[in-house]
Amino acid sequence: MTSETAATTPEEMGETAPGQDQSDVFRGVSSDSLVRRGRTESGISAQSVPAFVAGEELADLAETDSRIVVMTADLASANRLIDFKLRHPDRFFNMGIAEKNMISAGAGLASTGLMPFVGTFASFASLLGYEQIRTDCAYPGMPVRVLAHHSGMSLGYYGSSHHALEDLAAMRAVADLTVACAADGNQLRAMLRASLDLKGALYLRLGRGRDPEVYATVPEDFEFGRASTLREGSDATVIATGSQVHAALAAAELLLERGLSVRVVDMHTIKPLDVAAVVAAAAETAAVITVEEHNIIGGLGSAVAEVLADHRLGVPFLRHGVNDEYVLIGPPAALYAHYRLDAPGVFDVVEEFCRMRRDEV
Amino acid sequence: MGYLDDGDRRQLEEKALFVRLETLRLTRIAGAGHYSGTFSAAELLATLYYHELRLDPANPKWPDRDRFILSKGHAAIGLYPILAELGYFDASELETYTRLGSAFGDHPDMRKVRGIDFSSGSLGHGLSIGVGMALGGRVQSKDFRVFVMVGDAELNEGQIWEAAMSAGHFKLESLICIVDRNQLGIDGRTEDIMSVEPIEARFASFGWDVQRINGHDVDEIASAFDNTKNSSRHQPHVIIADTVKGKGVQRMELDLNWHVGNLNPEDYEEVYAELIGGGTK
Repeated sequence: MTSETAATTPEEMGETAPGQDQSDVFRGVSSDSLVRRGRTESGISAQSVPAFVAGEELADLAETDSRIVVMTADLASANRLIDFKLRHPDRFFNMGIAEKNMISAGAGLASTGLMPFVGTFASFASLLGYEQIRTDCAYPGMPVRVLAHHSGMSLGYYGSSHHALEDLAAMRAVADLTVACAADGNQLRAMLRASLDLKGALYLRLGRGRDPEVYATVPEDFEFGRASTLREGSDATVIATGSQVHAALAAAELLLERGLSVRVVDMHTIKPLDVAAVVAAAAETAAVITVEEHNIIGGLGSAVAEVLADHRLGVPFLRHGVNDEYVLIGPPAALYAHYRLDAPGVFDVVEEFCRMRRDEV
Repeated sequence: MGYLDDGDRRQLEEKALFVRLETLRLTRIAGAGHYSGTFSAAELLATLYYHELRLDPANPKWPDRDRFILSKGHAAIGLYPILAELGYFDASELETYTRLGSAFGDHPDMRKVRGIDFSSGSLGHGLSIGVGMALGGRVQSKDFRVFVMVGDAELNEGQIWEAAMSAGHFKLESLICIVDRNQLGIDGRTEDIMSVEPIEARFASFGWDVQRINGHDVDEIASAFDNTKNSSRHQPHVIIADTVKGKGVQRMELDLNWHVGNLNPEDYEEVYAELIGGGTK
């Protein structure tokens, strides 16, 4: 549990968001080139859009859906759920720093016909509240929506207590639980809208709130369980989720200059996984690389590996993420660069893997 | 003279005996069961379901019904027969108790058993669920009430006190927590394992209205329930019910080892006769 308010601005964290390039960490490629190409050629903007639109979006949705209630654990300012409170104070509950009680109470609220959106840091939601999510939300089929924000290593130098690099592994093992990761604010809005018609409980993994834009507008065709192919290619498929979708897209843009054509799949829903998208990637492209801000054990990479094994697909395959370790202390962008989870890092990882494959052939 | 009229009192005492006899019968089907923590709660369960709760067994999802959460889910063996008798499902279904594919396990599953308001089993969760239900009633301007039964050793769980704090904070007057104070955990006396007293002072300090009663006296139970309705103070209510673990069966009252157990066939007849004969007083 935390006893402090999270730093919420780049200035407070002393950093920029993942994917937002900095020339000092962008090894060998100028940041200007990434930004320029991103904007003009692929439609990717490196401009940060506030991804913590949940409070605002839910406040809008609650105008016409009386089931919506919102809860948080002393983090309404950090996660901007306060934007909901300002408009619907009677349907907002600050539960204090008591995450287990909050999640179970959310399940109780849900049992009376409401739809609670319960927000706190991903580390606490998933690990402190794991049993409550399983036993009180998923097992009884309660439509609780857990908004697990500041996931992965996005809390930077707050340290490993505040990182969530295990949550996808944990959540994926819970039956009757939908598990999804938002890549940016526009996708988050689409997910929140779609969640109104979703049966059962949802674990929604969010970044730090300043995720660079991947979707220029709210994707109207969003559907839980159906991956979005954002870019076509044949030399490899990068299957990314959450914060890594932007990094993968930006990397793919640069890889094309090096003669590698890379498909990018936004696997926003980790469970149920879009099996067909994985099978297609293995059948239609020469390699499959998963990229996630998560331990390589148990998350997106494992889920994709299971599909490849189950379908006897012998495609060259690499899981990229955090290699089963507690990450270093550091500002977020420095950590993303160190662990090669920013655009240049993903670029390097994919290029090395493809070149290695080529050399083997 | 008691709080209830004689007919009501007799009916509730008969229902408590029914709970105990059914617990014996169902444990026989399963081969083992939670006897003693169910026997301590028999009068409480009977008074709740046959006297207090606003229910419509023909309409188990009625939005305005009172809710009951058996946070000490291991006493479900005593709750299922009540639900069957009230008509939530056919009593013959209980013959499958704990068998492969049965709706009825040791801990209740709301997706499988009509009339169960929330699944339970992992101790410490139920009071939080009740907090959420009470908040849900408030948000929707409904006047249903929420009863949660917890075990006394369950008060060791930290989440209980998170829930107690939030119920006090939100002044959830529609929430009633019943503590089955049967003195025992699995390993022995609660005060030896991890003391829970002073329970009254602890809840009071969290902003709760507190009553302490004899949990085997249906008059006292009914009176305590009425007091929660008549209180003008905006506080959640806790009723600490002093009970005897294994109540009604001498060997179980004296021996800690009946938290989970199985009577052999000869002993079963003896215990059955003891209960029919009025049990221990």
